[in-house]
Amino acid sequence: MPSFLFYIFAAIMLIGGTMVVFMRNPVSSALSMVLSFLGLAALFVGLNAYLIGILQILVYAGAIMVLFIFIIMLLDLKKEEKNTFRPAAVAAGIVIPLLLVIQLAGVINKQPDSPKAPQLELKQAAANFDEGTMINKRLSDERLPDTHLIGDKLYTDYNFPLQMVAVLLLVATIGCVTLSKKNTK
Amino acid sequence: MPFDSLPTPSLNEYLMISGLLFAIGLAGVIIRRNIIVIFMCLEMMLAAASLTLVAFSRFNTVDGLPDYDGQMLVFFVITVAAAEVAVGLAIIVSLYRARQTIHTDELTTLKG
Repeated sequence: MPSFLFYIFAAIMLIGGTMVVFMRNPVSSALSMVLSFLGLAALFVGLNAYLIGILQILVYAGAIMVLFIFIIMLLDLKKEEKNTFRPAAVAAGIVIPLLLVIQLAGVINKQPDSPKAPQLELKQAAANFDEGTMINKRLSDERLPDTHLIGDKLYTDYNFPLQMVAVLLLVATIGCVTLSKKNTK
Repeated sequence: MPFDSLPTPSLNEYLMISGLLFAIGLAGVIIRRNIIVIFMCLEMMLAAASLTLVAFSRFNTVDGLPDYDGQMLVFFVITVAAAEVAVGLAIIVSLYRARQTIHTDELTTLKG
């Protein structure tokens, strides 16, 4: 991704993030978060992670944010508008992240010759996959079949973690039902 | 591609940007008093970590392809975050039912 596009999307992401923190109304915060995640998804696509970029939009902007907005609507939060930011919390909230950023900038400045993204060698990579498979065909056409590659890895190397995630989702479902059930003693 | 000759961002720029997003999320967790917004800022910190993982995956090519292990980790992070949001919002709803507030200032039962 060219630098100017990178900076545009990074700016969208950071401005969205700042608006999440400083908007008084929780609904505006949630919508700013969608903006922030759209910029982030664009950065993912620029890093050739197309599936992750789409997942970011589908799962976060599509599902999680709708859930947040739904809960905000359900709880009917009007009082928040009057609440002002407390100076002590604002000071701590600016100083501590600032320290983090300064440390990070110090570490990054030690590496002045940071690498650029290496070229993807798709034709060469095709040799590692069996002839006739979709991955081999796409790679030979100089296209990156990143969904196929992730699927290939997910169901071979990461088969056990995938099943663990399935158990986790089941536990989360049961937890939600238990938590939101009315107490009927 | 007409864009191919333009300069591209380096790894440091990606790390710095994701560090900034993480810092903004942390600032939100410290400043805000509304527990739903705190929760959103937590999600933002997770997303910042995902950006780092994807950047490392792209800058460390294996046999000419991005290192997909990093992207698998992001995949699992997104799944776990979705489960976490579902449970967390259920907790917030039951908290609101018990106390009629979601401001962390007014939830002081555990204060010593």
